[in-house]
Amino acid sequence: MTTALNRKLTRDIWHMRGQILAVAIVIASGVAMLVMSLGTMQSLDETARAYYERYGFAQVFATVKRAPERLARKIGKIPGVQAVETRIFEFAILDIAGFEEPLLGSIVSIPEQGEPLLNRLALRAGRLVAPGRPDEVVISEPFALAHSLTPGDRVGAILNGHWRNLEIVGIALSPEFVYAIGPGALMPDDKRFGILWMGREALAAAFDLDGAFNDVSLSLMRGAQPQEVIDRLDQILARHGGIGAIERADQISNWFLMNEIEQMRTMSAILPTIFLAVAAFLTNMILARLIATEREEIGLLKAFGYSNWAVAWHYIKLVFAMAGIGILLGWGVGYWLGLINTRLYAENFDFPFLYYRPSPAVFIVVALISLAVAMLGALGSVRHAAALPPAVAMRPPAPPAYSRTWFSLILARWFDQPTRIVIRQILRWPVRSFLTTAGIAMSVAVMITALQWVDAINRMIDVNFQQAQRQDVSVGLVESRSSEILREFARLPGVLTVEPFRAVAARLRAGSRHKRIAIEGVPNTPRLNLVYDTSERPVSVSPGGLVMSTKLAEVLGVGRGDMITVEVLEDRRPVFEVPVMDLFETYIGTPVYMEIGTLNRVMRERPAIDGAHLLVDPTAMPALFRALKKTPKVSGVLLRRAVIDTFEETMGKLLLVFVSFFAGFAATLAVGTTYNSARIALSERGRDLATLRVLGFSRAEVSYILLGEVAILTLLAMPLGCLAGYGLVAWVITNAFDTELFRLPLIIEDSTYGYAVLLGLAASIVTAALVRMRIDRLDLIAVLKTRE
Amino acid sequence: MATLPGVSGRGPAGEATASGVTSMASTGTSSEDPRKFALRVRGVTKVYRTDSLEVLALRGVDLDMLVSELIVLVGPSGSGKSTLLNILGGLDQPTAGQVLFGDLDLASCGEAALTRYRRDHVGFVFQFYNLIPSLTAEENVALVTEISRDPMDPGEALSLVGLEERRNHFPAQLSGGEQQRVAIARAIAKRPAILLCDEPTGALDSRTGVRVLEAIERVNKVLGTTTALITHNAGIADMADRVLSFADGRIAEVRENTRKRPAKEIAW
Ligand SMILES: Nc1ncnc2c1ncn2[C@@H]1O[C@H](COP(=O)(O)OP(=O)(O)OP(=O)(O)O)[C@@H](O)[C@H]1O
Ligand SMILES: [Mg+2]
Repeated sequence: MTTALNRKLTRDIWHMRGQILAVAIVIASGVAMLVMSLGTMQSLDETARAYYERYGFAQVFATVKRAPERLARKIGKIPGVQAVETRIFEFAILDIAGFEEPLLGSIVSIPEQGEPLLNRLALRAGRLVAPGRPDEVVISEPFALAHSLTPGDRVGAILNGHWRNLEIVGIALSPEFVYAIGPGALMPDDKRFGILWMGREALAAAFDLDGAFNDVSLSLMRGAQPQEVIDRLDQILARHGGIGAIERADQISNWFLMNEIEQMRTMSAILPTIFLAVAAFLTNMILARLIATEREEIGLLKAFGYSNWAVAWHYIKLVFAMAGIGILLGWGVGYWLGLINTRLYAENFDFPFLYYRPSPAVFIVVALISLAVAMLGALGSVRHAAALPPAVAMRPPAPPAYSRTWFSLILARWFDQPTRIVIRQILRWPVRSFLTTAGIAMSVAVMITALQWVDAINRMIDVNFQQAQRQDVSVGLVESRSSEILREFARLPGVLTVEPFRAVAARLRAGSRHKRIAIEGVPNTPRLNLVYDTSERPVSVSPGGLVMSTKLAEVLGVGRGDMITVEVLEDRRPVFEVPVMDLFETYIGTPVYMEIGTLNRVMRERPAIDGAHLLVDPTAMPALFRALKKTPKVSGVLLRRAVIDTFEETMGKLLLVFVSFFAGFAATLAVGTTYNSARIALSERGRDLATLRVLGFSRAEVSYILLGEVAILTLLAMPLGCLAGYGLVAWVITNAFDTELFRLPLIIEDSTYGYAVLLGLAASIVTAALVRMRIDRLDLIAVLKTRE
Repeated sequence: MATLPGVSGRGPAGEATASGVTSMASTGTSSEDPRKFALRVRGVTKVYRTDSLEVLALRGVDLDMLVSELIVLVGPSGSGKSTLLNILGGLDQPTAGQVLFGDLDLASCGEAALTRYRRDHVGFVFQFYNLIPSLTAEENVALVTEISRDPMDPGEALSLVGLEERRNHFPAQLSGGEQQRVAIARAIAKRPAILLCDEPTGALDSRTGVRVLEAIERVNKVLGTTTALITHNAGIADMADRVLSFADGRIAEVRENTRKRPAKEIAW
């Protein structure tokens, strides 16, 4: 219905379109962020759930050294167990024609007939292996893509010391390897880590495991307690070299995926909140100004007999329009960004399919939140309009009381009149000035938060891979061996220095807390793979106790000097008590070290190692690779350079997208805030400015008065934004990025502050230019005809 | 202290003469030596176009304003007085015709030149004072003196309008008449060649209005500032050297007062 009042509304909206759009964009940013993160979260969650469901992802996992197949029956009788799948699970060095470095593969058995009960493969091409064809393999899709392998191609593998030429018959994905990360790596490296599925018989023959298994996974009945099943399972497997079963939540691929979803949840709470808070402030500012200019109209309407509610409703509709535009825009942008985001995640997580259908509930909830926030911002002004008595409304408002204070005397001394106008205006509306500054500051803070990622990750790489690690290559053995093998390593081509390591699966207990972890045995003073504190201090590992990362100490609730019970889960499974000798801070993981001699002693073994770190003459690298591919005892080779490259490449891609999203959002915040405060200043002082123009001030001089205010507030916002940025980063880091997996360092480079400030200034300058065009169009004569 | 605009070199070249004595009554123009004129208006028309509507606000105005002359413009509402005054002050430009300030044609010069012209040569006083609320009386005056080439001291300008003791008050602390006098002080502090007043007493009562008129009269006399003043008040016309009556976008009648009546004798 086009009543006169509605016509006024549409005209108001059209008239204030610039400002309304500016607010709408800020609201849209908040909405888009929320829709994006909730949508992505939901997609990943649903996709994972469906994938797990459809392909029978197991719920309990255990590895053993060697267990007879008949145990499967016994395991199946544990109360709560639904299905049991025994497998052979090994690591092997792979060799792809044309690829110099030795690659690492997980070799997993599948039944030669039919499909596995659990952890079924999602076949992407070709077929599963056929019975009686021991050289057939199915390989993981990312690995196949990274090396352009298709069914029919061949891949070399050293299985238990024997070089085998395997034929690829199928390409597949598995719910077990959504995040396909190799041992010792930080992220998936599709080029250097692949999964090979082979027939059970063939694999049993290769690893001398006929009639036995070394890996078992279970699915549980509805309502079964995983911990009870795990305890029973551990009892059964203990005698066969079981190193402790884990539940799905601790399965590495799933754990990474859930961690990611959890981080997204935290991020989705804080950033949209900032945007919506600023949107509320802007709504408030616009409405307060509009109602101030329309005082007399409000008085007239009421004098004509419109009710207070009718007047309030009129302005509420304006808020709805403003928020509505923002919500629609945010929905669209959020849906689209969510799609990009989900696809990006899907690149790091390997799913055979991807659901992206954010539920209507997400959109509705987000819209309701935004509407409520906008209404909250408008509440004060609307109430004021509703409460204005008509008689009062029709009188012009009392002129703002400017007063001369000691401050004025300073002003008078130092500044010319235009500058005094600017400063008095700011002081006259301190709250509004502060909130404007705060809005711009938040845009700087958001930008710092985004850019800080780059700093933090550079710092992680520097400390963890450049400073702490000096080796070029780390070599893992199929199983622990006498340390005499070190001499063999030293004789390999190009090897300059060798440093041994031992890794023992154990459960650490301190009081009621415990944690399953690998204790690493290292020399007293490691020279290649240092035990390194983030304060850039190498830590020495004295014999007789544990040297542990602070995060692990936190998990176990222990400190320096406390005693820990160590239950070794391998070999003779000794149990002993040792003190925590020293703590050190790390960014990645929860490592714990022991002097290798001490570890050998408590393991009641002759000096044994699980691998070695090598320093290599770079020119001899190809020769070393060739030699390693032929070394039967080696199960894995890790190149430090490759780990760094993968890390940088993966993070670089993610960060580029992430930082550009945030730069865009931060810019809308800065533009929205500056534009509105400049436009409101213009509306309040258009008359003064026109008067100044009449008095002979040039456009530039008049602009100075208006934009000077914006400039001062913007400049004040910069240090404030840097401070807020630091606080925000600290908050985000402690709340979202302090996990057992990694801790982001709280490092903000000067250049990050610099870029964030530049972006804030640039956004303000662009906005100022827009408003400047308005100033140039001021109608001088109209101003003189009217009383304010 | 009365530096005449012409002598100080800021007005159009030429020496101050006695108040305008000659004019061709019907047109308001004069054929005398152009250097004695503060402003010369030739065939000025102004058309406002709004959508399909055309309003002829001025239909051919000719006028010579003599240096230090006080002219009053009267006429019915909508007859084009304000339009002409705005054109004289460089706020607006005519659709056709010339407005000469010395060699400068206000009708054809650009925005920057008009700003320059207003800044250096014109003082404005409006019905609604138009003071800056965040500046004190003195600062409102200083606003102009800071950008002028040869201004008087703001205090001096305020004392010319009898307000030196209110210099530190903000507009909100002054009465309407006082605010208007501050506006006059602000207008004349730059020692303009031309002072333009559009209904300066329109919002004031008679007694207050007289004080404002006295201030204008004083400035005209002491500084020799060429002044044009619009009023709806026939009584005020008596203080002018010449009275131009507007009707329908034209100067319908020019009257010369043989005896100017002092402002304080005027009442309404
Ligand atoms: N911006 C404009 N757009 C359209 N018409 C206009 C505009 N400004 C003035 N006019 C018209 O020009 C004519 C002259 O207006 P002007 O303001 O000069 O009259 P005035 O003599 O000053 O009247 P008043 O004594 O009421 O102030 C009027 O008919 C008016 O409607
Ligand atoms: Mg008028």
